[in-house]
Amino acid sequence: MNYLRHVLDHLRKDLRLEWRSRDAINGMLFFALLVVVVFSLAFDPTAAESRRIAGGILWVAILFATITSLNQSWAREQRNSVLDAQRMSPSPASALFLGKVLANMLFVLLVEAILAPLFIVFYNLNALGNGWLLALVMPLGTWALVCNGTFFAALGLRTRNRELMLPLVLLPISLPALLAMIQAATGILTAELDSIQIAQWIRLLVGYDLIFTVVCVLLFQVVLGAE
Amino acid sequence: MSAAKPIRPMQLFGFSWFAVTLVVLILGFRSAIFIVPADAQQGDVGRSFFYHVPHSMWSLLFPYINFAASLAFLYWRHRNPLKALTADALAVASAEVTVVYATICLATGSVWGKAAWGIWWTWDPRITSMLLLWLLYVAYLITRKLSSAGQTSTLGAVLSIFAAVDVPIVYMSIRWWRTQHPAPVFGGGADSGVDPSMMPAFIWNVIGWGMWGIFILCYRFALERRRQIAEQDAALRALESSLELTQ
Repeated sequence: MNYLRHVLDHLRKDLRLEWRSRDAINGMLFFALLVVVVFSLAFDPTAAESRRIAGGILWVAILFATITSLNQSWAREQRNSVLDAQRMSPSPASALFLGKVLANMLFVLLVEAILAPLFIVFYNLNALGNGWLLALVMPLGTWALVCNGTFFAALGLRTRNRELMLPLVLLPISLPALLAMIQAATGILTAELDSIQIAQWIRLLVGYDLIFTVVCVLLFQVVLGAE
Repeated sequence: MSAAKPIRPMQLFGFSWFAVTLVVLILGFRSAIFIVPADAQQGDVGRSFFYHVPHSMWSLLFPYINFAASLAFLYWRHRNPLKALTADALAVASAEVTVVYATICLATGSVWGKAAWGIWWTWDPRITSMLLLWLLYVAYLITRKLSSAGQTSTLGAVLSIFAAVDVPIVYMSIRWWRTQHPAPVFGGGADSGVDPSMMPAFIWNVIGWGMWGIFILCYRFALERRRQIAEQDAALRALESSLELTQ
């Protein structure tokens, strides 16, 4: 498929750029680690308490880290007017968007994979519920943040105060997704929610991901060509 | 409503609408404050109901106007730029009225909450949803403010669609969240119905505040249209003077 090839080309380009600089991953990783440490010092939680707050802290750390790196991912395209070239290219704009989202998704997942063991050690965590469900919740939640975040970073590209714009728009729009991931993660860690409730939150996340991916893909052309 | 040359009949209509709105609001005020008996359980505090509920009802209606105008803007953007500008003016006007009405709704609710529940705020599903609606439209206005000239309308329209898609999801998710942990402070909601003697005051206020909202919406719309037309004229003049220079 032609479209798929375009997406993969964009993905490969972004991965190669990141492999050569490693700016985004290193920055995100260290930032998320700092947030985790700061929260740990601020609250000094016991094992039971930390289970209750860990879901929230983990997602807040990932959210902030994602926001710091998403702006950079488009700034990269602006150097040497690459973005203008992209705008003129005959390949569909949404392929550029999807390639970028997939690349960012891989970076954030990698950060999560490194952060998770550290997190477990720092907060003395062991999941009381079905720990393997986290393997479902984490990618779904990450997709919700990264897909919308990449879109709004592109939307904020040519605004004044670009760095400020992204969180101002991303946070209110992704609040339902944040609520769902924090509830699901906390429910799994503390085993306080029964499986039906956790399944409900996961379904909400799936629905949110589907709806907003479609909206983003449909509207990306408009944002990229906004004059 | 063409604001290019303010036509007399339109102005006349605007003034009479404003006058009727004032009369209805005065009737509503008289009815809510002096005529209707004090609430059986809440006393005079319950009278804030007549202001709080109409504002919240209307603040749920104006976002639809914003959404429809944004869709119309995106549709006309290339096909008919002049119509698109009109739609954009309507979108920004309705977003601003939404924020004003939602702010009044939250503020009056908060004052009532302090008097009735003893707290200014609680994370009850409806209050939280309203707060998120407010946050979304404030984010919309900030985006318009910060975006560079020429792209404001497009970025605004895109964001408006995101907000419109988000609102039902927000509402649903917050209901799930709070049905799991019922809020501790709960006096029976207003849905339990009102006494028939209170209905006139309520209806006068719903109509009055609706008319007032439509009035400020149209006023803001006309203002935005004038700004757009002035901008176009300035651009045209600049273009013409630059042509004269080269000759």
